[in-house]
Amino acid sequence: MNSLFPYPLLTISLLITWLMLAGFSFGQFLLGTIIAIMAARGLAALHPCDSRPRHWRLLFRLAGIVFYDIVRSNIAVAQIILHDGKKTGKSGFMTIPLELRDPMGLAILAVIITGTPGTAWVDYNSARSTLILHVFDLIDETAWVNLIKNRYEHLLREIFE
Amino acid sequence: MTLAADLPLWAALLIAFFLLIGAGLALIGSFGLYRLRNFYDRIHAPTLGTSWGTAGIILASVIYFSVVESRLVLHQLLIGVFVTATTPVTLILLSRAALYRDRVAGNPDVPLLHPLTTPLRTSSPENNPAAAHENTDEIKE
Repeated sequence: MNSLFPYPLLTISLLITWLMLAGFSFGQFLLGTIIAIMAARGLAALHPCDSRPRHWRLLFRLAGIVFYDIVRSNIAVAQIILHDGKKTGKSGFMTIPLELRDPMGLAILAVIITGTPGTAWVDYNSARSTLILHVFDLIDETAWVNLIKNRYEHLLREIFE
Repeated sequence: MTLAADLPLWAALLIAFFLLIGAGLALIGSFGLYRLRNFYDRIHAPTLGTSWGTAGIILASVIYFSVVESRLVLHQLLIGVFVTATTPVTLILLSRAALYRDRVAGNPDVPLLHPLTTPLRTSSPENNPAAAHENTDEIKE
């Protein structure tokens, strides 16, 4: 990273986004490049947290795991809604102590937990590092703790810490 | 531009499949939002629409326009990226607001700010935030 072109990955993603939306031509490529570089410099001026993924291969593995889990939980939640939509006794809150501290890792965990139907990120206490979740189908609490801690948090810690 | 009726059969079937899955999940999610009785349960229902509800419709759209225009059309995927990245912001904002309001109102069903320091309640373990917290601590150890 240098001061003239910070965040190369963000710059390239912005350029790709621009070209996907505007269509590919030399003029759009030039305009997109200028805008992407300016936007990356604008972000650098805000001094966001400086954490980067260290293991790209693990990030793809995480994406695969999450994709599978989202398909599975879509089916599970849809079944619960269709079968006993009025039954509310089985859902509930859970408090999970987290060891993940990296802000980027926590942000990705929030996206995963929110994006997966059946679990909702409610509150994170950064002083105590505890996460409050609301789980739609809280029958086996251990299984949920296991899922968050071993399946997601473990990988995220390896990627970011 | 080709008309929808001129689509090859495999494409028509694939498009119909993803479109029905996406629309069906969005419908089930909306139905859940209407039918569930508690705010925290209701939060889960629309996530069907924002995950595979969106993904199914986007995939159908990618296939349809790619076949019709005879080139790879991918810009719809950006919708998926933006929906996935922005849903947590709204959802966490809403659920946190609900949690803080419930705490202020003294609702016994929601976890308190410091679960370990609260006295044990006599309600059932599922609804007892203090007990729930102790459970997770034991699991951790």
